[in-house]
Amino acid sequence: MDLMIQLTIFVLAAFVGFEVISKVPTTLHTPLMSQTNAIHGIVMLGGLIVIGYSDDFLEDLIGVIAIAFGTINIVGGFMVTDRMLGMFTRKAKPKADGEVDSS
Amino acid sequence: MTPLAVLEPGGAAVNALYIVAFSLFIFGVRRGTHPTTAKQGNLIAAVGMAVAIVATLLLDGIGNWGLIVAGLAIGAAVGVVASIRVQMTEMPQMVALYNGVGGGAVALIAWSEFRHGIALGQELPLDTMIPVLFSAVVGSISFWGSNVAFAKLQDLIPTRPLALPGQQVVNALLLLGTIAACVVLAASSDDPSQALFIGVLISAALLGNLVVLPIGGADMPVVISLLNAFTGLAAAAAGFALDNVALIVAGTLVGSSGTILTMEMATAMNRSVAHVLFAGFGGAPAAAAGGGEERPHTSIGAQDAAIKLAYADSVVIVPGYGLAVAQAQHAIKEVADELEKRGVTVSYAIHPVAGRMPGHMNVLLAEADVPYEQLREMEEINPEMPRTDVAVVVGANDVTNPAAKNDPDSPIAGMPIIEVSEAQEVIVIKRSLSPGFAGIDNDLFYEPNTSMVFADAKQAATEIAAEVQNL
Repeated sequence: MDLMIQLTIFVLAAFVGFEVISKVPTTLHTPLMSQTNAIHGIVMLGGLIVIGYSDDFLEDLIGVIAIAFGTINIVGGFMVTDRMLGMFTRKAKPKADGEVDSS
Repeated sequence: MTPLAVLEPGGAAVNALYIVAFSLFIFGVRRGTHPTTAKQGNLIAAVGMAVAIVATLLLDGIGNWGLIVAGLAIGAAVGVVASIRVQMTEMPQMVALYNGVGGGAVALIAWSEFRHGIALGQELPLDTMIPVLFSAVVGSISFWGSNVAFAKLQDLIPTRPLALPGQQVVNALLLLGTIAACVVLAASSDDPSQALFIGVLISAALLGNLVVLPIGGADMPVVISLLNAFTGLAAAAAGFALDNVALIVAGTLVGSSGTILTMEMATAMNRSVAHVLFAGFGGAPAAAAGGGEERPHTSIGAQDAAIKLAYADSVVIVPGYGLAVAQAQHAIKEVADELEKRGVTVSYAIHPVAGRMPGHMNVLLAEADVPYEQLREMEEINPEMPRTDVAVVVGANDVTNPAAKNDPDSPIAGMPIIEVSEAQEVIVIKRSLSPGFAGIDNDLFYEPNTSMVFADAKQAATEIAAEVQNL
């Protein structure tokens, strides 16, 4: 891809991020930070690509660690966000599922 | 296993799938900005990620399948187990850790790309070399910086600022050295030195450690958020180097969102990002470390606290990190329930940085089934404070310190606070008079209308709930 096209995509994406995100209630900042954190785990794709042209042990090792790190970032990031947001969903069933310790 | 090799790299098919993937990211993040759709938004973004991963695995030239499967399996196993086991109170350090491994992945990919260029014996063009170097430096800083942030929040290393003499100079020299080495590497692109590249990775690692170590625990959320944005930008740079549009768009999205979030957090704490990074908490510890003479304060038990609360008309609960640590959110909810049965109006005042991150306290209280409508933000509740009968501070400290308003010399001067001292009476549930994260004494504890209940937040709340019930 031409460098100019890459830069154009970069600038437009930056503005999209700005617009999409600037209207978030404080309550959702931690979950949103966690979700965007999971999204940058996409760099794992880079690991999948570079390990394909690895030609020595060191590069194999670097590649595997990069893929494992990226996958932790993705899987852990989305799961933790889901757990946090699960706290906000209205519990349909009446409570008292033994979670509240009564005195 | 044989390579699938269905899609041509850079071809229309893979790029179409990438466009689907990043559209889902944008849509998912958009939904993530509203409480009722956030959970769905997160799932949508996760689906986008799955699309991007599958598209990449289908590329021609993807090989080394045994290692790919191993990496994916190890990463998924660690990610799943860690996410299930982590406590809600530990979320900030978990995010730091995930951010760190992401940064580590970026730096390693940059290194691999660099080695690949050398092995081919071809000249690395500048439009590859510059993004590779950027990814390596920023990824490495992010990895080490995030790990230090994790260690501080997990109390593995002291949360107070740790600084060497002349640290600013050392940091500046390291940064200049790193940049100089990058320039040399870029200038010798026909045969760049691999040793120098490793040197760049190491000096960036040192920089990551040295920049975050002097920052106090209270400022960690800002640091983690900033490093999150950095990792996003580093991932985007890796996208430039690898000519991958999905990385460019997703990385940039995170870079811009993280920047906004960082600035909002810093504003809530009345600190500029530059101040957080370069100042530490100045001479503050000297004032706090004293603890020699005890100032007069009023101490009461659970029963007295219960009486004060039960006969009030309006009560505002101010939760802080101490509540989170003691896991007292359920017990506090019980106190609130008992009070409401007696006709007392109860609300919760949430400071923007209560807990250790914006929104952290809301998550904890939601876990205890506190109704969303009872959670009030600082700007909303402060004007009502003078009309409040009792303000109950549970494990919060710096965010209630009137010195932020009254003492221009205080290290936290100007920080927005919840003005509990305006309430008719204040009850502070806290283990001791010791200073909070900022390391400074809290004048609130010594005011005439303040009563201290010295106890663990959960235990005290349980006792108070029982006492109110018996009245």
